[in-house]
Amino acid sequence: MTTALAHPADAPSSGVTNAKLGVWLFLASEVMLFGTLFTTYLVLRMGAASWPRGWDVLNVPLGMLNTFVLITSSVTIVLSYVKAAEKDLAGFRAYMAATIALSFVFLVVKGFEYGAHFKHGEFPSTNIFNAVYFTMTGLHGCHVIGGIIVNTALLYLSGEDFEHPLFAGRVEGAGLYWHFVDIVWIFLFPALYLL
Amino acid sequence: MVKNSHSSPHDSHAPQSFWSHYVFSTDHKMIGLQYLITSFIFLLIGFSLMMLMRWQLAFPGHPIPLIGSLLSSAVAPNGVMTGEFYNQLGAMHGTIMVFLGIVPLGVGAFGNYVMPLQIGAPDMAFPRLNMMSYWLYLPGGLLMLLSFLLPGGAAQSGWTSYAPLAIINPGQTVWLLAMVIIITSSLLGAVNFLTTGLNMRAPGLSLDRLPVFTWAQLVTAVLLLLAFPPLEAAAILQLMDRVAGTSFYLPAGLVVLGQQVKASGGGQPLLWQHLFWFLAHPEVYVLVLPPMGIVSEIIANGTRKPLHGYKTLVASMISIGVMSFIVWAHHMFLSGMSPMLGNFFLVTTMIISVPSVAILTCLIYSLKGGSIRFTVPMLWALAFIPLFGIGGLTGLPLGLTTTDIYLHDTYYVIGHFHYVVVTGSIIALLGGTYYWFPKWYGRKMDETLGRIHFWGTVVCMNGIFFPMFIQGMAGQNRRYFDPTAHLHNLPTQPLHVVSSVFAWLLFLFQLPFIYNFFSSMFKGERVDDNPWEATTLEWACPSPPPHGNFVKTPRVYRGPYEYSLPDQTRDWLPQHEEAKALT
Amino acid sequence: MNGYYGWGLPVAASTYAHDIDFGIIMIHVAMFVIFILWGIFFTYLLIRYRRREGVPAERERDHGALKSLLPDIIVMIFEIGLIVFYAIPSWSRIKMNFPDPSQSNQVDVIAEQFAWNVHYPGADGKFGPREPRLVHFSNPIGLDRDKPAAQDDIVFANEIHMPVGKPTLIKLSSKDVIHSFFVPEFRIKQDAMPGMVIPVWVTPTQTGTFEISCAQLCGFAHSFMRGEVVVQTQEDFDAWLKSRAPAKQEAPAKASESW
Repeated sequence: MTTALAHPADAPSSGVTNAKLGVWLFLASEVMLFGTLFTTYLVLRMGAASWPRGWDVLNVPLGMLNTFVLITSSVTIVLSYVKAAEKDLAGFRAYMAATIALSFVFLVVKGFEYGAHFKHGEFPSTNIFNAVYFTMTGLHGCHVIGGIIVNTALLYLSGEDFEHPLFAGRVEGAGLYWHFVDIVWIFLFPALYLL
Repeated sequence: MVKNSHSSPHDSHAPQSFWSHYVFSTDHKMIGLQYLITSFIFLLIGFSLMMLMRWQLAFPGHPIPLIGSLLSSAVAPNGVMTGEFYNQLGAMHGTIMVFLGIVPLGVGAFGNYVMPLQIGAPDMAFPRLNMMSYWLYLPGGLLMLLSFLLPGGAAQSGWTSYAPLAIINPGQTVWLLAMVIIITSSLLGAVNFLTTGLNMRAPGLSLDRLPVFTWAQLVTAVLLLLAFPPLEAAAILQLMDRVAGTSFYLPAGLVVLGQQVKASGGGQPLLWQHLFWFLAHPEVYVLVLPPMGIVSEIIANGTRKPLHGYKTLVASMISIGVMSFIVWAHHMFLSGMSPMLGNFFLVTTMIISVPSVAILTCLIYSLKGGSIRFTVPMLWALAFIPLFGIGGLTGLPLGLTTTDIYLHDTYYVIGHFHYVVVTGSIIALLGGTYYWFPKWYGRKMDETLGRIHFWGTVVCMNGIFFPMFIQGMAGQNRRYFDPTAHLHNLPTQPLHVVSSVFAWLLFLFQLPFIYNFFSSMFKGERVDDNPWEATTLEWACPSPPPHGNFVKTPRVYRGPYEYSLPDQTRDWLPQHEEAKALT
Repeated sequence: MNGYYGWGLPVAASTYAHDIDFGIIMIHVAMFVIFILWGIFFTYLLIRYRRREGVPAERERDHGALKSLLPDIIVMIFEIGLIVFYAIPSWSRIKMNFPDPSQSNQVDVIAEQFAWNVHYPGADGKFGPREPRLVHFSNPIGLDRDKPAAQDDIVFANEIHMPVGKPTLIKLSSKDVIHSFFVPEFRIKQDAMPGMVIPVWVTPTQTGTFEISCAQLCGFAHSFMRGEVVVQTQEDFDAWLKSRAPAKQEAPAKASESW
């Protein structure tokens, strides 16, 4: 995505690099995607005869843990960007690896939560709350997986491309995306678990 | 994220293999042509489905001649099509024409090829992403077509896929999967177009010097970027309803054909309509804005004078773009949503007609004082104005709540939106094909064949769609497999025969075009880089442009349409030429 | 019966049909005038400014912002007039103001693939409850015949009877997918949305048999989803209602017969 073709005029007309502009535009569309899901959640909840309390049916401590995991990973990806900008390869790798590891922790915890639901015979089809819960967290989980792929690719490419002038910009782009994934969770957690 | 991605396009003049040149190309021009050919083929397929349906409408219950015997007995026993098959054809006609035909043609083909040239860029901002867009679009489209062959057949719930019908009908799952793929392709394209248009402009090409076509592409990209994700989300929810047994769109207590539906309930069918039309109304402008841009380019060139009200045109396009997000529920006046909401959307709908009228006004006034050259592209562009005008005017009684009570979901609606997207968009896109063909291949398309194609097409299109207004007035409902089942449709039944005959004739009139396109590619008259004596940047590079487009990055000195300046020896002054005696 | 239909609007047989016809005709006249005026101007421009040797195009001196907005202003005034004086008043009269139920002929219409079930409350004026779990071939709307309110209810398919000159209040619902209740002669149309009950009203102005058709794609036999509205004089209507009232003992049998 960060395949920035340098314009012969050498300066982008808008003053923002292609990669960064592209990521921002992509995030705008992602906002619309999750915005639609949150709207759906609201509409269905307002129209529902009854709606369970999130803390009665979901595991709040695990959700809380996942919130901290994701926030920490947002910090580590910022640090990895700082290291990339400072041209510190070892530091970049350490923080990026930490980010990826934390993402896996998030997925594993989420997997345990899902597993517990399935064991109790709670599936997306059980009721409308479960439908919303599984669909929204599932789609968010797909975005986490997408982030893992992007971050792993950057980690892998850092062997050859680290010195490239645009490399830090790519890490920044990946960081923007990761923050977005994080923010979606920060909205999802209270909406589903606490309200 | 592949290494060496930073190599400048000028490094890759080395001869490319067949695969990297024609198939997995990252060159916006090759991708544009791939889109062009593919979307024309999809248009032809969508049209063929309609020609089959037109037989059923004109002669309900009669075996389809010739083709009927080729169809499997599951869809057409004894050559007479079934209601299920008719609905499959209808749903797929709409889907193919909108999502696989006109949008990819207007955006993927013309936008991809022409926009980077018009802004003096060597390529799109993200060439690999561009390639990925095409390679998601094609499999998505093929998957859509493939669904005809699967058990249960293609989707048969209309291109609007209203729940709960779409959830209980067969064929819908593949439609949803294909839509998610196609939407993803469009989203990647929109990111790419916006980044390119905002970031890759040649020096001196400020936003107020952008050609109208490029403006139209940028507004379209914003619409795609912001309107498609809600449909993607809605499609994912419908997919969950079908695959995971959720009830996002299913209320409790449904009984289908005597069987109680096993679903938890708690969902709302109206939710789908809101989400769908939140995309699908901006989508209408996605279908219409690029063609308007094409028409503006051709009219400025064919009248040899600046467009009347360049700023009004651009401002109208932008305000159409903004407004299109708050008019969606005028498709739902009778859906059971609150009648108060109907009043709100009535007002926004009337407001959005204002910029549309302004655009048409500017285009007509642009003719005044001109020296009109009736070239083939100009014929198409001129035909666009009155015919699109009919499409716009007939929107009036449909956008008005009270009169929509009667006209909603009748043939009047079909006539209205086909006047907009067929005699509007498709006519403009055909004109654009004749206009930019010399840029693509360095050769011109044949004039005589072009004129035959033009007159035949315009007459036939009117012959197909005008009778529908009369049928709609008589109260004939759309999506009817057999209109003769209702008494009030009987008096206008002969008009179905008229429409059908014109539809088949329209097909015959496309044959000269298809022949003309391919033969001109190899044998057409060779022309120089700027055969239309045009001013915009795409005519400043060689025809066809080499990899990297411009030999030397152009510098832009003036607005896009400086024709017939006084004190000039020629009647056009390109954007990139330094003026010698400009007053 | 074919006298009702032709190439134009069908016969207008309800109190608000003329309101809607007025709008449709007025807008079409306006559209026609606009199109003809523009068409004449357009044709004139094409002929007057066709390319001629030695005559260059004239660049406009002023870009006449006001002049080019003139058509817009005219259209806008016309549209504002339409909204304020026509659309909003007539829309609220038809879709938001409902007749008093006690003064109306009440009927529930329950749409299904591919029929219109019609449910009259009977002599007591009370609708019996309907339960999805009771739906059966012999009981298409799942009417709970055990409840007192349901004893005298009348249920059958594809035929609605209405007295002329008196409002009929229809509560529209659907068992399965979206349908749309459309009677061209009444200029009435309303989607029947599963999970919702949507009220519609009509006051017929002439007797006769009119056509109900489904205006929302509802499946493979959508175009065969047809019914009839029979508009009768009050006396005929009352007599008909009486003739249809189920005999107390054989209520279920009666219901299945009429289905």
